[in-house]
Amino acid sequence: MIDILNALALFSNFVIVPALAYGSQLALGALGITLVFGILRFANFAHGDLMAFGTMVVILVTWLFQSWGIGIAPLPTALLALPFGILGAVMIALVADRAVFRFYRKQKSKPIIFVIASVGVMFMLNGIVRFIIGPDDQAFADGARFLITFREFKELTGLGEGIAVRQTQALTVVVAILVVSALFWFLQRTRTGKSMRAYSDNEDLALLSGIDPDRVVLVTWIIAASLAAIAGTLYGLDKSFKPFTYFQLLLPMFAAAIVGGIGQPLGAIVGGFVIAFSEVTITYAYKKFLRYLLPDDMAPDTLVQLLSTDYKFAVSFIILVVVLLVRPTGIFRGKVI
Amino acid sequence: MSFLIGEAMTGGYGGADILRGCTIEVDRGEIAVIVGPNGAGKSTAMKAVFGMLNLREGQVRLGDTDITGLSPQDRVKQGMAFVPQTSNVFAGMSVQENLEMGAFLRRDDISVTMEQVFELFPILAEKRAQAAGELSGGQRQQVAVGRALMTQPSVLMLDEPTAGVSPIVMDELFDRILEIRNTGIAILMVEQNARQALNIADRGFVLVTGENRFTDTGEALLANPEVRRSFLGG
Repeated sequence: MIDILNALALFSNFVIVPALAYGSQLALGALGITLVFGILRFANFAHGDLMAFGTMVVILVTWLFQSWGIGIAPLPTALLALPFGILGAVMIALVADRAVFRFYRKQKSKPIIFVIASVGVMFMLNGIVRFIIGPDDQAFADGARFLITFREFKELTGLGEGIAVRQTQALTVVVAILVVSALFWFLQRTRTGKSMRAYSDNEDLALLSGIDPDRVVLVTWIIAASLAAIAGTLYGLDKSFKPFTYFQLLLPMFAAAIVGGIGQPLGAIVGGFVIAFSEVTITYAYKKFLRYLLPDDMAPDTLVQLLSTDYKFAVSFIILVVVLLVRPTGIFRGKVI
Repeated sequence: MSFLIGEAMTGGYGGADILRGCTIEVDRGEIAVIVGPNGAGKSTAMKAVFGMLNLREGQVRLGDTDITGLSPQDRVKQGMAFVPQTSNVFAGMSVQENLEMGAFLRRDDISVTMEQVFELFPILAEKRAQAAGELSGGQRQQVAVGRALMTQPSVLMLDEPTAGVSPIVMDELFDRILEIRNTGIAILMVEQNARQALNIADRGFVLVTGENRFTDTGEALLANPEVRRSFLGG
Protein backbone atom coordinates (compact mmCIF):
# COMPACT_ATOMS: atom_id res chain seq x y z
CA MET A 1 0.00 0.00 0.00
CA ILE A 2 2.73 2.41 1.02
CA ASP A 3 4.52 1.52 -2.20
CA ILE A 4 1.52 2.58 -4.25
CA LEU A 5 1.33 5.88 -2.41
CA ASN A 6 5.04 6.38 -2.91
CA ALA A 7 4.65 5.67 -6.61
CA LEU A 8 1.78 8.15 -6.82
CA ALA A 9 3.76 10.80 -4.97
CA LEU A 10 6.73 10.24 -7.26
CA PHE A 11 4.51 10.42 -10.35
CA SER A 12 2.80 13.60 -9.11
CA ASN A 13 6.11 15.23 -8.36
CA PHE A 14 7.71 14.55 -11.71
CA VAL A 15 4.72 14.37 -14.05
CA ILE A 16 1.44 15.78 -12.81
CA VAL A 17 2.65 18.97 -11.14
CA PRO A 18 5.08 20.02 -13.89
CA ALA A 19 2.61 19.08 -16.64
CA LEU A 20 -0.16 21.09 -15.02
CA ALA A 21 2.07 24.15 -14.94
CA TYR A 22 3.40 23.60 -18.46
CA GLY A 23 -0.10 22.86 -19.73
CA SER A 24 -1.40 26.13 -18.30
CA GLN A 25 1.38 28.05 -20.03
CA LEU A 26 0.69 26.30 -23.34
CA ALA A 27 -3.04 26.86 -22.94
CA LEU A 28 -2.59 30.62 -22.48
CA GLY A 29 -0.31 30.78 -25.51
CA ALA A 30 -2.61 28.61 -27.63
CA LEU A 31 -5.60 30.77 -26.64
CA GLY A 32 -3.89 33.78 -28.21
CA ILE A 33 -3.13 31.82 -31.37
CA THR A 34 -6.66 30.50 -31.61
CA LEU A 35 -8.23 33.93 -31.09
CA VAL A 36 -6.11 35.49 -33.81
CA PHE A 37 -6.96 32.59 -36.09
CA GLY A 38 -10.67 32.84 -35.34
CA ILE A 39 -10.92 36.58 -35.91
CA LEU A 40 -8.13 37.51 -38.30
CA ARG A 41 -8.19 34.13 -40.00
CA PHE A 42 -4.50 33.38 -40.17
CA ALA A 43 -1.97 31.35 -38.21
CA ASN A 44 0.19 33.90 -36.44
CA PHE A 45 3.76 32.62 -36.42
CA ALA A 46 4.92 35.70 -34.54
CA HIS A 47 3.05 34.63 -31.41
CA GLY A 48 6.06 32.92 -29.77
CA ASP A 49 8.21 35.98 -30.27
CA LEU A 50 5.40 38.23 -29.11
CA MET A 51 5.55 36.20 -25.90
CA ALA A 52 9.31 36.74 -25.80
CA PHE A 53 8.88 40.47 -26.31
CA GLY A 54 6.32 40.82 -23.54
CA THR A 55 8.43 38.73 -21.18
CA MET A 56 11.49 40.81 -22.02
CA VAL A 57 9.67 43.97 -20.95
CA VAL A 58 8.61 42.23 -17.74
CA ILE A 59 12.23 41.24 -17.04
CA LEU A 60 13.56 44.73 -17.67
CA VAL A 61 10.95 46.30 -15.41
CA THR A 62 11.56 43.58 -12.80
CA TRP A 63 15.26 44.46 -12.74
CA LEU A 64 14.38 48.11 -12.40
CA PHE A 65 12.05 47.41 -9.49
CA GLN A 66 14.65 45.17 -7.88
CA SER A 67 17.23 47.93 -8.14
CA TRP A 68 14.77 50.26 -6.46
CA GLY A 69 14.13 47.71 -3.79
CA ILE A 70 10.46 47.41 -4.69
CA GLY A 71 9.02 43.94 -4.30
CA ILE A 72 5.97 42.01 -3.20
CA ALA A 73 7.75 39.14 -1.40
CA PRO A 74 7.00 36.32 -1.07
CA LEU A 75 5.50 36.70 -4.56
CA PRO A 76 7.90 37.31 -7.45
CA THR A 77 8.55 40.91 -8.43
CA ALA A 78 7.74 39.92 -12.01
CA LEU A 79 4.08 39.87 -11.08
CA LEU A 80 4.31 43.57 -10.31
CA ALA A 81 6.05 44.15 -13.63
CA LEU A 82 3.54 42.06 -15.59
CA PRO A 83 1.19 44.97 -16.43
CA PHE A 84 4.11 46.73 -18.11
CA GLY A 85 4.90 43.59 -20.09
CA ILE A 86 1.28 43.34 -21.18
CA LEU A 87 1.35 46.97 -22.22
CA GLY A 88 4.57 46.44 -24.17
CA ALA A 89 3.27 43.36 -25.95
CA VAL A 90 -0.02 45.08 -26.82
CA MET A 91 1.82 48.10 -28.20
CA ILE A 92 4.16 46.07 -30.38
CA ALA A 93 1.25 43.90 -31.61
CA LEU A 94 -0.73 46.99 -32.57
CA VAL A 95 2.30 48.50 -34.29
CA ALA A 96 2.78 45.25 -36.25
CA ASP A 97 -0.91 45.25 -37.17
CA ARG A 98 -0.81 48.88 -38.30
CA ALA A 99 2.44 48.49 -40.22
CA VAL A 100 1.96 45.03 -41.72
CA PHE A 101 -1.31 43.16 -41.32
CA ARG A 102 -3.68 46.05 -41.95
CA PHE A 103 -2.24 46.49 -45.41
CA TYR A 104 -3.00 42.88 -46.33
CA ARG A 105 -6.46 43.13 -44.77
CA LYS A 106 -7.25 46.03 -47.05
CA GLN A 107 -5.95 44.02 -50.00
CA LYS A 108 -8.14 41.12 -48.86
CA SER A 109 -5.09 38.90 -49.20
CA LYS A 110 -5.29 35.14 -48.85
CA PRO A 111 -4.53 33.64 -45.41
CA ILE A 112 -1.23 32.20 -46.65
CA ILE A 113 0.01 35.73 -47.41
CA PHE A 114 -0.80 36.72 -43.83
CA VAL A 115 1.07 33.67 -42.55
CA ILE A 116 4.18 34.58 -44.52
CA ALA A 117 3.89 38.19 -43.35
CA SER A 118 3.64 36.95 -39.78
CA VAL A 119 6.86 35.01 -40.32
CA GLY A 120 8.44 38.32 -41.26
CA VAL A 121 7.06 39.95 -38.11
CA MET A 122 8.39 36.96 -36.19
CA PHE A 123 11.93 37.55 -37.46
CA MET A 124 11.67 41.25 -36.69
CA LEU A 125 10.58 40.62 -33.10
CA ASN A 126 13.18 37.90 -32.84
CA GLY A 127 15.89 40.42 -33.74
CA ILE A 128 14.53 43.19 -31.55
CA VAL A 129 14.38 40.96 -28.47
CA ARG A 130 17.92 39.63 -29.01
CA PHE A 131 19.17 43.14 -29.68
CA ILE A 132 17.74 44.50 -26.44
CA ILE A 133 18.23 41.69 -23.96
CA GLY A 134 20.61 39.32 -25.74
CA PRO A 135 20.20 35.67 -26.74
CA ASP A 136 21.19 34.23 -23.35
CA ASP A 137 19.29 32.74 -20.49
CA GLN A 138 17.91 35.25 -18.00
CA ALA A 139 16.68 34.28 -14.57
CA PHE A 140 14.30 36.77 -13.03
CA ALA A 141 12.32 34.74 -10.53
CA ASP A 142 12.60 35.92 -6.95
CA GLY A 143 10.41 35.58 -3.87
CA ALA A 144 9.74 32.29 -2.14
CA ARG A 145 10.94 29.25 -4.09
CA PHE A 146 8.57 26.60 -2.83
CA LEU A 147 5.03 26.35 -1.69
CA ILE A 148 5.92 23.00 -0.21
CA THR A 149 9.31 21.34 -0.48
CA PHE A 150 10.15 17.71 -1.09
CA ARG A 151 11.39 17.32 2.47
CA GLU A 152 8.41 19.08 4.06
CA PHE A 153 6.02 16.86 2.18
CA LYS A 154 7.89 13.74 3.26
CA GLU A 155 7.90 14.80 6.89
CA LEU A 156 4.26 15.74 6.71
CA THR A 157 3.09 12.43 5.25
CA GLY A 158 5.83 10.04 6.34
CA LEU A 159 6.18 8.74 2.78
CA GLY A 160 9.47 7.83 1.15
CA GLU A 161 8.74 10.13 -1.75
CA GLY A 162 7.71 13.76 -1.66
CA ILE A 163 5.81 16.17 -3.87
CA ALA A 164 7.53 19.50 -4.21
CA VAL A 165 5.39 22.35 -5.50
CA ARG A 166 7.34 25.37 -6.58
CA GLN A 167 5.71 28.69 -6.03
CA THR A 168 5.93 29.51 -9.73
CA GLN A 169 4.04 26.34 -10.62
CA ALA A 170 1.20 27.14 -8.24
CA LEU A 171 1.23 30.74 -9.42
CA THR A 172 1.04 29.61 -13.06
CA VAL A 173 -2.03 27.50 -12.46
CA VAL A 174 -3.78 30.15 -10.36
CA VAL A 175 -3.09 32.95 -12.83
CA ALA A 176 -4.13 30.73 -15.74
CA ILE A 177 -7.45 29.91 -14.08
CA LEU A 178 -8.11 33.60 -13.33
CA VAL A 179 -7.18 34.75 -16.84
CA VAL A 180 -9.15 32.03 -18.59
CA SER A 181 -12.25 32.67 -16.45
CA ALA A 182 -12.02 36.38 -17.18
CA LEU A 183 -11.60 35.70 -20.90
CA PHE A 184 -14.59 33.36 -21.06
CA TRP A 185 -16.73 35.76 -19.10
CA PHE A 186 -15.73 38.46 -21.57
CA LEU A 187 -16.46 36.35 -24.65
CA GLN A 188 -19.76 34.97 -23.37
CA ARG A 189 -21.27 37.89 -21.52
CA THR A 190 -20.10 41.23 -22.84
CA ARG A 191 -21.30 43.00 -25.95
CA THR A 192 -17.78 43.33 -27.34
CA GLY A 193 -16.99 39.70 -26.56
CA LYS A 194 -20.13 38.51 -28.30
CA SER A 195 -19.40 40.69 -31.30
CA MET A 196 -15.97 39.01 -31.51
CA ARG A 197 -17.59 35.59 -31.50
CA ALA A 198 -20.09 36.74 -34.10
CA TYR A 199 -17.31 38.10 -36.30
CA SER A 200 -15.41 34.84 -35.97
CA ASP A 201 -18.55 32.83 -36.71
CA ASN A 202 -19.78 34.67 -39.81
CA GLU A 203 -17.86 37.72 -40.93
CA ASP A 204 -20.31 38.86 -43.63
CA LEU A 205 -23.31 38.66 -41.36
CA ALA A 206 -21.38 40.47 -38.61
CA LEU A 207 -20.78 43.32 -41.04
CA LEU A 208 -24.48 43.30 -41.99
CA SER A 209 -25.31 43.59 -38.29
CA GLY A 210 -23.21 46.73 -38.01
CA ILE A 211 -20.30 45.19 -36.08
CA ASP A 212 -17.22 47.35 -36.61
CA PRO A 213 -14.43 45.11 -37.97
CA ASP A 214 -11.62 47.50 -36.99
CA ARG A 215 -12.73 47.46 -33.39
CA VAL A 216 -13.00 43.68 -33.32
CA VAL A 217 -9.48 43.38 -34.74
CA LEU A 218 -8.15 45.91 -32.23
CA VAL A 219 -9.66 44.12 -29.25
CA THR A 220 -8.43 40.78 -30.57
CA TRP A 221 -4.83 42.00 -30.71
CA ILE A 222 -5.09 43.50 -27.26
CA ILE A 223 -6.32 40.22 -25.81
CA ALA A 224 -3.93 37.99 -27.78
CA ALA A 225 -0.91 40.13 -26.87
CA SER A 226 -1.94 40.26 -23.20
CA LEU A 227 -2.27 36.49 -23.15
CA ALA A 228 1.13 36.19 -24.84
CA ALA A 229 2.81 38.41 -22.24
CA ILE A 230 1.17 36.53 -19.36
CA ALA A 231 1.98 33.09 -20.80
CA GLY A 232 5.57 34.13 -21.54
CA THR A 233 6.14 35.56 -18.08
CA LEU A 234 4.72 32.48 -16.36
CA TYR A 235 6.86 30.21 -18.52
CA GLY A 236 9.94 32.31 -17.82
CA LEU A 237 9.29 32.29 -14.09
CA ASP A 238 8.69 28.56 -14.07
CA LYS A 239 11.69 27.66 -16.23
CA SER A 240 13.86 30.47 -17.52
CA PHE A 241 13.78 33.11 -20.22
CA LYS A 242 15.69 32.47 -23.42
CA PRO A 243 14.49 34.01 -26.70
CA PHE A 244 15.14 30.84 -28.70
CA THR A 245 13.06 28.70 -26.32
CA TYR A 246 10.11 31.00 -26.87
CA PHE A 247 10.41 30.61 -30.61
CA GLN A 248 10.43 26.84 -30.09
CA LEU A 249 7.26 27.05 -28.03
CA LEU A 250 5.41 27.86 -31.26
CA LEU A 251 5.21 24.17 -32.15
CA PRO A 252 3.58 22.87 -28.95
CA MET A 253 1.31 25.93 -28.85
CA PHE A 254 0.11 25.43 -32.40
CA ALA A 255 -0.27 21.73 -31.74
CA ALA A 256 -2.40 22.59 -28.70
CA ALA A 257 -4.58 25.01 -30.65
CA ILE A 258 -5.10 22.53 -33.50
CA VAL A 259 -5.66 19.47 -31.31
CA GLY A 260 -8.37 21.35 -29.45
CA GLY A 261 -9.90 22.71 -32.66
CA ILE A 262 -8.47 25.96 -33.90
CA GLY A 263 -10.73 28.96 -33.41
CA GLN A 264 -12.30 27.34 -30.33
CA PRO A 265 -11.07 28.92 -27.08
CA LEU A 266 -12.09 25.92 -24.98
CA GLY A 267 -10.18 23.68 -27.37
CA ALA A 268 -6.97 25.65 -26.87
CA ILE A 269 -7.10 24.97 -23.14
CA VAL A 270 -7.82 21.25 -23.48
CA GLY A 271 -5.21 21.04 -26.24
CA GLY A 272 -2.62 22.74 -24.02
CA PHE A 273 -3.02 20.09 -21.34
CA VAL A 274 -3.15 17.23 -23.85
CA ILE A 275 0.17 18.33 -25.33
CA ALA A 276 1.79 19.04 -21.96
CA PHE A 277 0.77 15.73 -20.45
CA SER A 278 1.81 13.78 -23.55
CA GLU A 279 5.18 15.47 -23.62
CA VAL A 280 5.90 14.93 -19.94
CA THR A 281 4.56 11.38 -19.66
CA ILE A 282 6.40 10.21 -22.77
CA THR A 283 9.73 11.71 -21.78
CA TYR A 284 9.54 10.64 -18.12
CA ALA A 285 11.78 7.78 -16.95
CA TYR A 286 9.52 5.27 -15.23
CA LYS A 287 12.28 3.17 -13.64
CA LYS A 288 11.75 4.25 -10.05
CA PHE A 289 7.98 4.46 -10.48
CA LEU A 290 7.85 0.82 -11.61
CA ARG A 291 10.23 -0.26 -8.82
CA TYR A 292 7.56 0.78 -6.37
CA LEU A 293 4.75 -0.99 -8.13
CA LEU A 294 6.32 -4.22 -9.39
CA PRO A 295 7.68 -7.13 -7.35
CA ASP A 296 11.44 -6.91 -6.82
CA ASP A 297 12.35 -9.58 -9.35
CA MET A 298 10.44 -7.80 -12.11
CA ALA A 299 11.90 -4.37 -11.42
CA PRO A 300 13.39 -2.85 -14.57
CA ASP A 301 17.09 -2.18 -14.96
CA THR A 302 16.78 0.38 -17.72
CA LEU A 303 15.37 3.89 -17.39
CA VAL A 304 12.07 2.87 -19.03
CA GLN A 305 11.95 6.19 -20.81
CA LEU A 306 9.95 6.11 -24.04
CA LEU A 307 11.71 9.13 -25.52
CA SER A 308 14.66 11.18 -24.40
CA THR A 309 13.75 14.72 -23.31
CA ASP A 310 15.84 16.00 -26.20
CA TYR A 311 13.05 14.78 -28.45
CA LYS A 312 10.17 16.32 -26.54
CA PHE A 313 9.20 18.49 -29.49
CA ALA A 314 8.75 15.36 -31.56
CA VAL A 315 5.80 14.53 -29.32
CA SER A 316 3.85 17.66 -30.23
CA PHE A 317 4.86 17.20 -33.83
CA ILE A 318 3.56 13.63 -33.98
CA ILE A 319 0.32 14.60 -32.24
CA LEU A 320 -0.08 17.49 -34.67
CA VAL A 321 0.41 15.29 -37.72
CA VAL A 322 -1.91 12.56 -36.43
CA VAL A 323 -4.67 15.05 -35.60
CA LEU A 324 -4.39 16.73 -38.99
CA LEU A 325 -4.64 13.33 -40.69
CA VAL A 326 -7.37 11.76 -38.57
CA ARG A 327 -9.50 14.64 -37.34
CA PRO A 328 -8.38 17.93 -38.85
CA THR A 329 -11.10 19.87 -37.03
CA GLY A 330 -9.67 18.90 -33.63
CA ILE A 331 -11.51 17.82 -30.50
CA PHE A 332 -13.99 20.71 -30.43
CA ARG A 333 -14.67 20.93 -34.17
CA GLY A 334 -12.70 24.03 -34.98
CA LYS A 335 -11.90 25.25 -38.44
CA VAL A 336 -9.82 23.23 -40.86
CA ILE A 337 -6.49 24.83 -41.66
CA MET B 1 -42.81 57.91 -55.68
CA SER B 2 -42.04 54.83 -53.68
CA PHE B 3 -40.26 54.71 -50.34
CA LEU B 4 -37.36 52.64 -51.67
CA ILE B 5 -36.44 52.74 -55.32
CA GLY B 6 -33.53 51.40 -57.33
CA GLU B 7 -33.95 53.27 -60.55
CA ALA B 8 -32.55 52.32 -63.96
CA MET B 9 -29.79 50.31 -62.34
CA THR B 10 -26.96 49.20 -64.64
CA GLY B 11 -23.90 47.33 -63.46
CA GLY B 12 -22.29 44.01 -62.56
CA TYR B 13 -19.43 42.44 -60.65
CA GLY B 14 -16.69 43.96 -62.79
CA GLY B 15 -17.13 42.09 -66.07
CA ALA B 16 -20.16 42.42 -68.32
CA ASP B 17 -23.24 44.22 -66.97
CA ILE B 18 -25.68 41.89 -65.30
CA LEU B 19 -28.29 44.57 -64.66
CA ARG B 20 -29.31 46.62 -67.65
CA GLY B 21 -31.42 49.54 -66.61
CA CYS B 22 -33.64 47.60 -64.27
CA THR B 23 -35.91 49.36 -61.80
CA ILE B 24 -37.12 47.92 -58.49
CA GLU B 25 -39.32 49.77 -56.05
CA VAL B 26 -41.30 49.12 -52.91
CA ASP B 27 -43.38 51.16 -50.51
CA ARG B 28 -43.90 50.89 -46.76
CA GLY B 29 -46.41 48.22 -45.88
CA GLU B 30 -45.90 46.51 -49.22
CA ILE B 31 -44.34 43.28 -50.39
CA ALA B 32 -42.42 43.47 -53.64
CA VAL B 33 -41.20 40.23 -55.19
CA ILE B 34 -38.55 39.82 -57.84
CA VAL B 35 -39.01 36.71 -59.95
CA GLY B 36 -37.57 35.46 -63.20
CA PRO B 37 -35.62 32.61 -64.77
CA ASN B 38 -32.19 31.50 -63.56
CA GLY B 39 -29.48 34.00 -64.39
CA ALA B 40 -31.96 36.86 -64.83
CA GLY B 41 -30.15 38.92 -62.22
CA LYS B 42 -32.78 38.67 -59.48
CA SER B 43 -30.35 38.40 -56.59
CA THR B 44 -28.03 40.84 -58.27
CA ALA B 45 -30.80 43.42 -58.47
CA MET B 46 -31.46 43.03 -54.78
CA LYS B 47 -27.77 43.23 -53.94
CA ALA B 48 -27.54 46.39 -56.03
CA VAL B 49 -30.35 47.97 -54.01
CA PHE B 50 -28.42 47.05 -50.87
CA GLY B 51 -25.12 48.43 -52.15
CA MET B 52 -23.29 45.16 -52.53
CA LEU B 53 -22.31 45.93 -56.08
CA ASN B 54 -21.22 49.09 -57.82
CA LEU B 55 -23.71 50.63 -60.18
CA ARG B 56 -22.42 52.17 -63.37
CA GLU B 57 -25.66 53.99 -63.93
CA GLY B 58 -28.87 54.58 -62.08
CA GLN B 59 -29.47 55.42 -58.46
CA VAL B 60 -30.97 54.10 -55.26
CA ARG B 61 -33.13 56.32 -53.09
CA LEU B 62 -34.53 55.64 -49.64
CA GLY B 63 -37.22 58.10 -48.62
CA ASP B 64 -35.92 61.43 -49.81
CA THR B 65 -32.21 60.58 -49.65
CA ASP B 66 -29.98 59.33 -52.41
CA ILE B 67 -28.11 56.36 -50.92
CA THR B 68 -26.37 55.21 -54.12
CA GLY B 69 -22.92 55.92 -52.67
CA LEU B 70 -23.46 54.27 -49.27
CA SER B 71 -21.84 51.00 -48.23
CA PRO B 72 -24.11 48.15 -47.12
CA GLN B 73 -23.13 48.82 -43.49
CA ASP B 74 -24.19 52.45 -43.81
CA ARG B 75 -27.47 51.38 -45.39
CA VAL B 76 -28.11 49.20 -42.33
CA LYS B 77 -27.73 52.35 -40.23
CA GLN B 78 -30.28 54.04 -42.52
CA GLY B 79 -32.83 51.37 -41.62
CA MET B 80 -32.35 48.70 -44.27
CA ALA B 81 -32.00 45.07 -43.23
CA PHE B 82 -30.80 42.25 -45.43
CA VAL B 83 -31.19 38.51 -44.99
CA PRO B 84 -28.73 36.64 -47.21
CA GLN B 85 -29.77 33.40 -48.85
CA THR B 86 -27.09 31.22 -47.23
CA SER B 87 -25.12 31.36 -43.98
CA ASN B 88 -27.53 33.93 -42.64
CA VAL B 89 -27.24 33.02 -38.95
CA PHE B 90 -24.36 32.90 -36.46
CA ALA B 91 -24.33 29.11 -36.33
CA GLY B 92 -22.20 28.81 -33.20
CA MET B 93 -24.20 31.29 -31.18
CA SER B 94 -27.50 30.83 -29.38
CA VAL B 95 -30.77 32.07 -30.87
CA GLN B 96 -30.91 34.86 -28.33
CA GLU B 97 -27.33 35.91 -29.06
CA ASN B 98 -28.16 35.96 -32.77
CA LEU B 99 -30.94 38.42 -32.05
CA GLU B 100 -28.69 40.47 -29.78
CA MET B 101 -26.11 40.71 -32.55
CA GLY B 102 -28.84 41.82 -34.93
CA ALA B 103 -29.46 44.74 -32.59
CA PHE B 104 -25.74 45.51 -32.27
CA LEU B 105 -26.12 49.06 -33.53
CA ARG B 106 -28.83 49.91 -31.06
CA ARG B 107 -27.92 51.37 -27.71
CA ASP B 108 -31.46 51.48 -26.30
CA ASP B 109 -33.43 48.70 -24.65
CA ILE B 110 -33.86 45.86 -27.12
CA SER B 111 -36.00 43.59 -24.96
CA VAL B 112 -39.29 44.89 -26.41
CA THR B 113 -38.18 44.19 -29.97
CA MET B 114 -36.95 40.77 -28.91
CA GLU B 115 -40.33 39.98 -27.39
CA GLN B 116 -41.98 41.05 -30.65
CA VAL B 117 -39.73 38.69 -32.58
CA PHE B 118 -40.54 35.90 -30.16
CA GLU B 119 -44.26 36.65 -30.61
CA LEU B 120 -43.85 36.47 -34.36
CA PHE B 121 -41.78 33.26 -34.18
CA PRO B 122 -42.84 31.47 -30.95
CA ILE B 123 -40.55 28.53 -31.66
CA LEU B 124 -37.54 30.82 -31.27
CA ALA B 125 -38.56 31.74 -27.73
CA GLU B 126 -38.60 28.05 -26.93
CA LYS B 127 -35.16 27.51 -28.42
CA ARG B 128 -33.59 30.77 -27.35
CA ALA B 129 -30.66 29.09 -25.59
CA GLN B 130 -29.94 26.63 -28.39
CA ALA B 131 -27.21 27.20 -30.97
CA ALA B 132 -28.70 28.47 -34.23
CA GLY B 133 -26.64 25.94 -36.21
CA GLU B 134 -28.47 23.07 -34.51
CA LEU B 135 -31.92 24.20 -35.67
CA SER B 136 -33.87 22.90 -38.67
CA GLY B 137 -33.75 24.80 -41.97
CA GLY B 138 -37.09 26.52 -41.43
CA GLN B 139 -36.23 27.53 -37.87
CA ARG B 140 -32.88 28.86 -39.02
CA GLN B 141 -34.66 31.06 -41.55
CA GLN B 142 -36.82 32.38 -38.74
CA VAL B 143 -33.69 33.22 -36.76
CA ALA B 144 -32.28 34.96 -39.83
CA VAL B 145 -35.42 37.04 -40.33
CA GLY B 146 -35.64 37.72 -36.60
CA ARG B 147 -32.04 38.92 -36.51
CA ALA B 148 -32.77 41.35 -39.34
CA LEU B 149 -35.88 42.67 -37.58
CA MET B 150 -33.92 43.49 -34.45
CA THR B 151 -32.64 46.74 -35.95
CA GLN B 152 -36.28 47.86 -36.30
CA PRO B 153 -35.72 48.40 -40.02
CA SER B 154 -37.99 50.31 -42.37
CA VAL B 155 -37.01 47.98 -45.23
CA LEU B 156 -36.54 44.23 -44.97
CA MET B 157 -34.81 42.50 -47.86
CA LEU B 158 -34.97 38.73 -48.19
CA ASP B 159 -32.89 36.73 -50.64
CA GLU B 160 -34.84 33.52 -51.36
CA PRO B 161 -36.12 33.03 -47.81
CA THR B 162 -37.82 29.74 -48.69
CA ALA B 163 -34.87 28.10 -50.45
CA GLY B 164 -34.51 24.54 -49.21
CA VAL B 165 -37.48 24.43 -46.85
CA SER B 166 -40.54 22.18 -47.13
CA PRO B 167 -43.80 23.53 -48.68
CA ILE B 168 -45.53 23.61 -45.29
CA VAL B 169 -42.70 25.63 -43.77
CA MET B 170 -42.75 27.88 -46.83
CA ASP B 171 -46.46 28.72 -46.35
CA GLU B 172 -45.80 29.39 -42.70
CA LEU B 173 -42.88 31.69 -43.52
CA PHE B 174 -44.97 33.60 -46.06
CA ASP B 175 -47.67 34.07 -43.42
CA ARG B 176 -45.11 35.56 -41.09
CA ILE B 177 -43.79 37.81 -43.83
CA LEU B 178 -47.35 39.09 -44.37
CA GLU B 179 -47.56 39.84 -40.66
CA ILE B 180 -44.30 41.76 -40.83
CA ARG B 181 -45.62 43.74 -43.79
CA ASN B 182 -48.72 44.68 -41.82
CA THR B 183 -46.52 46.45 -39.28
CA GLY B 184 -45.65 48.93 -42.01
CA ILE B 185 -42.28 47.61 -43.09
CA ALA B 186 -41.38 47.60 -46.77
CA ILE B 187 -40.43 44.08 -47.85
CA LEU B 188 -38.41 43.29 -50.92
CA MET B 189 -37.69 39.69 -51.73
CA VAL B 190 -36.28 37.45 -54.40
CA GLU B 191 -38.14 34.18 -54.81
CA GLN B 192 -37.57 30.93 -56.63
CA ASN B 193 -41.10 29.78 -55.78
CA ALA B 194 -42.59 32.42 -58.06
CA ARG B 195 -46.25 31.43 -57.94
CA GLN B 196 -46.54 31.30 -54.16
CA ALA B 197 -44.51 34.46 -53.77
CA LEU B 198 -46.62 36.45 -56.26
CA ASN B 199 -49.66 35.29 -54.31
CA ILE B 200 -48.66 37.42 -51.36
CA ALA B 201 -46.98 40.17 -53.36
CA ASP B 202 -48.35 43.69 -53.72
CA ARG B 203 -45.93 44.24 -56.56
CA GLY B 204 -44.08 41.83 -58.76
CA PHE B 205 -41.08 42.40 -60.98
CA VAL B 206 -40.34 39.85 -63.65
CA LEU B 207 -36.70 40.21 -64.68
CA VAL B 208 -35.14 38.71 -67.79
CA THR B 209 -31.44 39.19 -68.57
CA GLY B 210 -31.18 42.12 -66.21
CA GLU B 211 -34.15 44.04 -67.61
CA ASN B 212 -37.70 44.55 -66.40
CA ARG B 213 -39.93 42.36 -68.54
CA PHE B 214 -43.21 42.70 -66.63
CA THR B 215 -44.05 44.92 -63.69
CA ASP B 216 -47.46 44.78 -62.10
CA THR B 217 -49.34 43.79 -58.98
CA GLY B 218 -48.81 40.21 -57.92
CA GLU B 219 -52.41 39.38 -58.74
CA ALA B 220 -52.20 40.83 -62.23
CA LEU B 221 -48.98 39.01 -63.01
CA LEU B 222 -50.52 35.72 -61.90
CA ALA B 223 -53.44 36.42 -64.19
CA ASN B 224 -51.29 37.47 -67.15
CA PRO B 225 -51.31 34.51 -69.61
CA GLU B 226 -47.91 35.41 -71.03
CA VAL B 227 -46.28 35.51 -67.60
CA ARG B 228 -47.96 32.23 -66.71
CA ARG B 229 -46.79 30.53 -69.87
CA SER B 230 -43.20 31.75 -69.80
CA PHE B 231 -42.36 31.99 -66.13
CA LEU B 232 -44.85 30.10 -64.03
CA GLY B 233 -44.97 26.87 -65.98
CA GLY B 234 -48.46 27.26 -67.47
